[in-house]
Amino acid sequence: MDILNALVVLTNFVIVPGLAYGAQLAIGALGVTLIYGILRFSNFAHGDTMAFGTMATILFTWAFQAAGISFGPLPTALLALPLGIAVTGLFLLGTDRVVYRFYRQQKAKPVILVIVSLGVMFIMNGLTRFIIGVRDINFSDGERFIITARNFKEMTGLDEGLAIKTTQGITIVTALVVMAVLFWFLNKTRTGKSMRAFSDNEDLALLSGINPERVVMVTWLIVAALATTAGVLYGLDKSFKAFTYFQLLLPIFAAAIVGGLGSPVGAIAGGFVVAFAEVAITYPLKKVLGYLLPDNLAPDALVQLISTDYKFAVSFVILIIVLLFKPTGLFKGQSV
Amino acid sequence: MTHSMRAPALFALVVVLIIGTGYVQGPNTALTIVNYGLISAIMALGVNLQWGFAGLFNVGIMGFVALGGLASVLMSMPPVKEAWVAGGVNILGGLAIGAATIIAAVLAQTRMSGRGKTLVTLAVLIVGFFAFRTVFDAGVVAVEAVNPASTGYLGGLNAFDQGWFSILGWIFGGVLAAGAAWLIGKTALGLRSDYLAIATLGIAEIILAILKNEDWLSRGVKNVVGLPRPVPYETDLQNDPAFVERAAGLGYEAVEASTLFTKLLYAGLFSIFLLVILWMAQMALKSPWGRMMRAIRDNEVAAEAMGKHVTARHLQVFILGSAICGIAGAMITTLDSTLTPTSYQPLRFTFLIWVMVIVGGSGNNFGAVLGGFLIWWLWVQVEPLGQMLMNGVTAGMADGSALKAHLLDSVAHMRLLTMGLILLLVLRFSPRGLVPER
Repeated sequence: MDILNALVVLTNFVIVPGLAYGAQLAIGALGVTLIYGILRFSNFAHGDTMAFGTMATILFTWAFQAAGISFGPLPTALLALPLGIAVTGLFLLGTDRVVYRFYRQQKAKPVILVIVSLGVMFIMNGLTRFIIGVRDINFSDGERFIITARNFKEMTGLDEGLAIKTTQGITIVTALVVMAVLFWFLNKTRTGKSMRAFSDNEDLALLSGINPERVVMVTWLIVAALATTAGVLYGLDKSFKAFTYFQLLLPIFAAAIVGGLGSPVGAIAGGFVVAFAEVAITYPLKKVLGYLLPDNLAPDALVQLISTDYKFAVSFVILIIVLLFKPTGLFKGQSV
Repeated sequence: MTHSMRAPALFALVVVLIIGTGYVQGPNTALTIVNYGLISAIMALGVNLQWGFAGLFNVGIMGFVALGGLASVLMSMPPVKEAWVAGGVNILGGLAIGAATIIAAVLAQTRMSGRGKTLVTLAVLIVGFFAFRTVFDAGVVAVEAVNPASTGYLGGLNAFDQGWFSILGWIFGGVLAAGAAWLIGKTALGLRSDYLAIATLGIAEIILAILKNEDWLSRGVKNVVGLPRPVPYETDLQNDPAFVERAAGLGYEAVEASTLFTKLLYAGLFSIFLLVILWMAQMALKSPWGRMMRAIRDNEVAAEAMGKHVTARHLQVFILGSAICGIAGAMITTLDSTLTPTSYQPLRFTFLIWVMVIVGGSGNNFGAVLGGFLIWWLWVQVEPLGQMLMNGVTAGMADGSALKAHLLDSVAHMRLLTMGLILLLVLRFSPRGLVPER
């Protein structure tokens, strides 16, 4: 029984949140990795693209709520998501047209594009703050829980409860759908194949008659969809605040690099590695050990390896370890 | 305008802007802008060394600046004796254990071979980590319990309460920042260029997290206030009859004269540092070393083929540039006479410096200095200008309309937009900046 209780505690506080957070990071890292593969630079504006997309979605959510439209037990934001994606897609195409295209035609060095993306990031961040402000915004509605802790206890008769939030369930399901669609698109459709060809070898792709501008356009649209989805899922799960999304940049980059920049499978694996490391290392293990160890050995302290204030340090350390020992990442991404 | 006249003309423009500010907003405001402008110019020189000379992209300037601020506290604040007695041994011991663990792990990784290597490294790390936490945490608890409302930290090294210790703190800021830069450079340099950007982004966040949470070191978000300073205090000057008399002779009130006088003294000190660093940077640029750096920047492969050790040179210049940012960071903390970890914003301390370097002219030291002053002036003035603009835009709207209130509230975010826009415009239309590299 003790072992079961320990397992439930671990599931409740580490595995379920880790899965949800991992899924959010994975979708975010997919966007970074796609831009890296196709446009060949690290997009520092990605965190703020997520913030921008979430902001657009929140505005539509409010409009829906005001009009009395709801999605039953699910959050209204899911209904607003396609509209948010559309707005973000248009905005990204606009930035590409106004900003990035010039440097692409100049064949500028990647580091110049990184600086340019930094400029875009601040404009996006400024716009987001300008439109929606810097407050913490909670836009989740509908049912709060799939299983509440009390129901779980009554169902199983265990001492420990397992609560699964609706947003966590939605995150995992949405992530699976997004990944399935993305891989189907990349592997089966003509456009997806041309994107992969372009990513593997630009010159060869051009020779075979692939239109680079079309590839770039499709990439931005996919990135808009991924970034907005990741941002909305994260915002539903926690809350929306422009600055948090900027800070998400680090774990997302860590995830993309751990998996191997440019490799979509790697981005997903990297997302979960970073998320589980972050959640597991900052979680106080006292309760779990209390169940597993005999009473006289049970710890008094929290047994928290690192305080949650340093969760960014976890992704950073993972990043450094990967850079030191395997700079191409787990799944052999591109590296120069 | 001829090329050689361009830089002097632009510097003259900065002088005019500052004197104009002095007339419109008062000499006090103008001098404040000058002081921060001097510090910004030093930071811009540091970043110019990294980006302009070597093409290294550092997105963690804020972290090095914050480390400088910490160094300023560690050097110039008086030590808290009770705290040292309560937990000093544990904290120093804990840090020593931590350092020994890392050294042992590195030794195990490099010296051992075969299957046991990873196991031994892991064992060393795990045992060391728990030993570190046990010894260290006890010290932290003891130190933070000492009079937490006013101290609760170890304090600094300034046992004699000497003002000039803050100048030592500036140099120590450079040393600390150089140490952090070595750590980052060692891992991220030599790999793809964006890895350095991502690694510096990370280290900046971590340094900030440390400053915010390690109360025993920096008092965390409780802030360290009242740092000793190298110039006299205004109140002392106002109580000094000789000073009051001389101020009256020049036609100034004692209060105003004392603020202006201290600010002028700061400006003098900062100018000395700026001139020395500028001179060294100029000499470095002209020397064979500087030509080598630019050769590496322009064509790494060719430079490597000529027998230059590209990664080692990059590490060198990265450390130097970061050290300069650390010095400037310590200066800011002394000037503010507070360490406020929450005030370190990436926009203000990373991005703004980048705008300075790129607008001023990357690769040109005078350009960086010019950018430092010009962009700092703009940064200070954007808010009143934005306010005026918004007042103009909303003038026609009905009072009390939600849109009007929203627009007026959003003025504070104008800076982000303006600075982003300036960066993109300069990169696009004048990528070499106002004073281009020769």
